[in-house]
Amino acid sequence: MNLENTKELIINMGPQHPATHGVLRLVLEVEGEVIKRCIPYIGYLHRGVEKLSEDLTYVQSLPLTDRLDYLSSMVNNVGFCIAVEKLMGIEVPLRAKFIRTILSEMARICSHLVWIATHALDIGAMTVFLYAMRDREKLLELFEMVTGARLTVSYPRVGGVRCDINEEFINELSDFINKFPERVEEYETLIDKNRVWLKRTKGVGVITAEEAINWGLTGPTLRGSGVYYDVRKFFPYDAYDMVDFEVPIGKNGDIYDRYKCRMLEFRQSARIIKQCIEKLPEGAILAEESPKIRMPSSPLKIDKNDIQFEIYVEDRNIEDFIKKFTDVYASVEAPRGELGFYIVCDDSAKPYRMRVRAPSFVHAGVLPKLCEGALIADVIANIGSIDIVLGECDR
Amino acid sequence: MDTLYLIAVTIIKTAIYFGLLMLHVAYATYAERKVIGHIQLRLGPMVVGPHGILQPIADIIKLIFKEDIIPSAVDRRIFTIAPLISLTAALSTFAVIPVSEGWVISDINVGILYVLGIAGIGIYGIIFAGWSSNSKYAFLGGLRSAAQMISYEVALAMSLVGVILMAESFNLTEIVNKQAQYPMGMFLLPQIIGYFVFVVAMLAETNRVPFDLPEAETELVAGYFVEYSGIRFSLFYLAEYLAMFCMSALATICFWGGWTVPPFLVEIFPFIGIIPGVVWFLLKVYFHMFLFFWLRGTLPRYRYDQLMSIGWKVLIPLALINIVITSIIKYYS
Repeated sequence: MNLENTKELIINMGPQHPATHGVLRLVLEVEGEVIKRCIPYIGYLHRGVEKLSEDLTYVQSLPLTDRLDYLSSMVNNVGFCIAVEKLMGIEVPLRAKFIRTILSEMARICSHLVWIATHALDIGAMTVFLYAMRDREKLLELFEMVTGARLTVSYPRVGGVRCDINEEFINELSDFINKFPERVEEYETLIDKNRVWLKRTKGVGVITAEEAINWGLTGPTLRGSGVYYDVRKFFPYDAYDMVDFEVPIGKNGDIYDRYKCRMLEFRQSARIIKQCIEKLPEGAILAEESPKIRMPSSPLKIDKNDIQFEIYVEDRNIEDFIKKFTDVYASVEAPRGELGFYIVCDDSAKPYRMRVRAPSFVHAGVLPKLCEGALIADVIANIGSIDIVLGECDR
Repeated sequence: MDTLYLIAVTIIKTAIYFGLLMLHVAYATYAERKVIGHIQLRLGPMVVGPHGILQPIADIIKLIFKEDIIPSAVDRRIFTIAPLISLTAALSTFAVIPVSEGWVISDINVGILYVLGIAGIGIYGIIFAGWSSNSKYAFLGGLRSAAQMISYEVALAMSLVGVILMAESFNLTEIVNKQAQYPMGMFLLPQIIGYFVFVVAMLAETNRVPFDLPEAETELVAGYFVEYSGIRFSLFYLAEYLAMFCMSALATICFWGGWTVPPFLVEIFPFIGIIPGVVWFLLKVYFHMFLFFWLRGTLPRYRYDQLMSIGWKVLIPLALINIVITSIIKYYS
């Protein structure tokens, strides 16, 4: 047999593949089932969010951030608002801070539920998917109750939140949160004590602590490797310094540890929400000095030709805030990692440049390292374990 | 004249058997969707007929009338033959499987060997499908299934050696009759290791969860039949469900005492003695089918190398130990 003419089989996995979580494309060079080379291609979901925001005022950019990580839009909104608040020096009222924290943690639970659902589905456990969707549905209903939207909430405002939460919402949320730890245990009995699951995840896709830091990983992907870093603890924002919670960390940095970290985060999120509900103060929900949009008195009165002139920011006074060319960086702990907004502004009401530090983008870079030398089935497990959302990755 | 009579009877028997078998396969898909639906907090099919009872009929009609797409890059001849090989092999196994005393199309004296041999031919269909599709995913699926089925066939056959030793026969009817003298009228207890190996191997042999690697949808999209559509696609499904029924029937006959009733049950409730054997046989088969569905709703999927190591390092040694133990006991008793 002539072996000189053999070569590796090149497999194109994605962008239309059931397990690449959106439109990630991986080009795999395989020898049998073993991956020799793995090249991720991104950009299939590029919508130019960063460039678009240069043409919109600080207030108008908010809905764009919904579309970054569409599984936890609330956290993106908060991140953007915090950056702009830092820029303008606006102090957010206490009640708004607590409301933001509650909804951010709800978004984190939602996002992690989708993660456990799809991750388990990728490894072949189909039932977990539907169990997780059941709980997510309840949370989405709660989101709808407050914000009117299920996924793209656009709920916070620069300087606070859009509308107040009511008693009914708090009651339903408490009900859910009290039951939630049991539900998490239900998922764990389905997969955590399962030999097949342990065999697929333990010792697979190992990232050491040093490598994790060098690659710039954040969030549960970093903590799974045993590095203690969480934006909520190190650079507290909103009400995170007023509540008590722990940051779970792993040890071995394999898929199982990353899985375990996220499962423990479920419980911490529930704990944070519980405390926030107890401590929720009365008061205003929007700061006095927050920039406001002047709306026409009735939508019927808008002349279609003028529409772009009618809705504009009434914040000529922004120029008072921004005396000179300045920049600001603020970050929040998104479900996937550190989500940062870097805004450079000039003397107009629009950012000169807005850069989003997306955790998914950074995490996608580590895929070749994880996949090379592994088997095809591990590629799928690895993609699931670093939990990337391509909307955020491509922006 | 006798030969003609024999042929006529065989054809009629085959036709009835075939019809009932197809009905079972159609409703196995329905049962699977219902069982998994309820495991997953859903209802399963509910629209066509009361509780979706006519869903399989609707599915069959849809699949038959779908456009038959053959991609231009495939090897046309092998591509069209492949599903037929799988289906024919799966159907042929039922020629020797008795459903009750004497209710069998052909009562040959090497029944077990025949079933194992013919079931092995089904692999050709899968390999051909994977190879002729000219698609990398199908190719990988085909290779995986070739390796998987060949290695698990060894374990499957070895797990049955213990049964053959105890029954002193390859004939399936003989095996059932022999079980009457054992506790509960089954080989289940004396052959518990063999049964365990058989159940694991039968899951792998029929490409079911947790060994559904050839068609792992999140890795290989659909595996070896990714390029197939319409009726050809459904032929593969038909073959898979037939193989499941075949394995369930084999488990029932070899380990669960076939159509016989456990004697202790008859002692407690004498009236159940009048229930015909075929009912018991079907109940036992349905239990094994439920096992397939149940596992699919519960377990994740093994990785390729883990699957291989389970087959060669766990199941085959276990089956060999079982053979040795059975032989020793057989020799001294």
